[in-house]
Amino acid sequence: MQYHDIVIVGGGPAGLAAAIAARKTGISDILILERDNVLGGILNQCIHNGFGLHTFKEELTGPEYAARYIAQVEEEKIPYRLSTIVADITHDRQVTYINREEGLVTIQAGAVILAMGCRERPRGALNTPGYRPAGIYSAGTAQRLMNIEGYLVGREAVILGSGDIGLIMARRMTLEGAKVKVVAEIMPYSGGLKRNIVQCLDDYGIPLKLSHTVVDIHGKDRLTGVTIAEVDENKNPIPGTEEYYSCDTLLLSVGLIPENELSKGAGISLNRVTSGPNVNDRLETEAEGIYACGNVLHVHDLVDFVSQEAALAGENAAEYVKRKAALAGERNAAETAPAEKNAAAAAESEEDERPGYAEPDRHTIPLVAADGVRYTVPQFLETSGMRDTVTVRFRVADVYKDRYISVYYDDQLISRKKKKVLAPGEMEQVVLTKKSLAGYPHMKRITIRTEVE
Amino acid sequence: MEVKELICINCPMGCPLTVTMDGEQLTVTGNTCPRGEDYARKEILSPTRIVTSSVRVSGGTIARVSVKTKTDIPKGKIFDVMEEIRAVRVDAPVKMGDVVIADCAGTGVDVIATKSVGRA
Repeated sequence: MQYHDIVIVGGGPAGLAAAIAARKTGISDILILERDNVLGGILNQCIHNGFGLHTFKEELTGPEYAARYIAQVEEEKIPYRLSTIVADITHDRQVTYINREEGLVTIQAGAVILAMGCRERPRGALNTPGYRPAGIYSAGTAQRLMNIEGYLVGREAVILGSGDIGLIMARRMTLEGAKVKVVAEIMPYSGGLKRNIVQCLDDYGIPLKLSHTVVDIHGKDRLTGVTIAEVDENKNPIPGTEEYYSCDTLLLSVGLIPENELSKGAGISLNRVTSGPNVNDRLETEAEGIYACGNVLHVHDLVDFVSQEAALAGENAAEYVKRKAALAGERNAAETAPAEKNAAAAAESEEDERPGYAEPDRHTIPLVAADGVRYTVPQFLETSGMRDTVTVRFRVADVYKDRYISVYYDDQLISRKKKKVLAPGEMEQVVLTKKSLAGYPHMKRITIRTEVE
Repeated sequence: MEVKELICINCPMGCPLTVTMDGEQLTVTGNTCPRGEDYARKEILSPTRIVTSSVRVSGGTIARVSVKTKTDIPKGKIFDVMEEIRAVRVDAPVKMGDVVIADCAGTGVDVIATKSVGRA
């Protein structure tokens, strides 16, 4: 069986950043497996600007942002396979992929980085009544059709859901001459970034109707219109508020779901809130040597943070491979037995080989999300191998004004930061320092919560 | 004295800005970085935007090449720029950074390709 030190599943922003970071950490045997026929993932169709403000201090479009990483991958001569589908990943890191040239191939990976991204919630998940006429698209599908394949998906559109892709598409369709009549959002707040509401809706006078949803879809062969109604606090339509909008297109921007079929196949359990794997502060999943980053781990708003997170996963995977090699080397040197026996012994002692984890002072602390914090990534902290700082990312459950984000070590308040506005559509973060943990050797949990005063 | 509420769009923070106009005098509050103040002044006095779109490609590996105005243009010119962008067609290959339309719609700003498209 072929062996590679690090196999990266997905060649989008997460996979590219992970590969480059792993290479910079000193691992040369890396393989990226990408399903599409180009690298760059979803960035290829995100032709709007606003990418890279944090990373490059300039405003790039999606393809330009991707090109910077692709150029580095090419420069570093990191191997990748395109039009290649990963069919299976096992708990002990055997990766099976399929492509036209090689057929079905199984390789053994020293470490695996999951970077498969996410997919859109489809209409079927919404239980909207009506026929299934043509003209109903998920926003990202419409984006691909317009920006890459060159089709105007419709002339009169209604958008359900105020996720960022929906907002971006409202502007995009308007610029291309279509009429976007309304964006309906079932929640009392938008799911998208504020800047997108300003730049994509307000600039073009497109109304955003909060606490509204589509209650009926009209048309049999082609969409002819939708009925929109206001919803009450339980999200039930309020009778008498129905309004008919004629349209030939309905775009759905109703959420993204991490694409974790392969992770599940590897026996990795998923977090109920994020739909991504549970990970420790090194972004390692429950399966040893399998790391996760980007939108497959939890859905991000900003690619800059995907790249940061993925670079961390890449470094950690590289360190894992290196430490494992060092441990094997030590054992070989220590033992006088023949090489073959060593190999057998190495295979047997696989379980004890968790580099950095086998240390006697290993201490796993769960991170608890409470009081308006919906989840945290990572979900666990392993103090033994912890870096000087750990960035914990999370989302809040509702729109909050003037609240603190507080960090508790057991019942002890460690830090609090006042935020004017917190919204579920905008990912938040706190940074934990290794230094601050020193006084708490027996800590049971770290809690991150919002507090009013 | 006139007061206007804006949301800064320089970065995803989306700071809520308050601009107080006292004749020629503008006072900006609510910003958390200097770019916020610049944005508010510009947004009140002469709002601009970068326009991104895509242009038809003949003979390329994909049907359209993504483009943008190289710098921001006056907000009022967005649809004039779009009209020129919609009318143009380029031949593959196109390289990222290539000028697709020079001095688009009299703005003095070029429209450039934001990805490379090879020949099919």
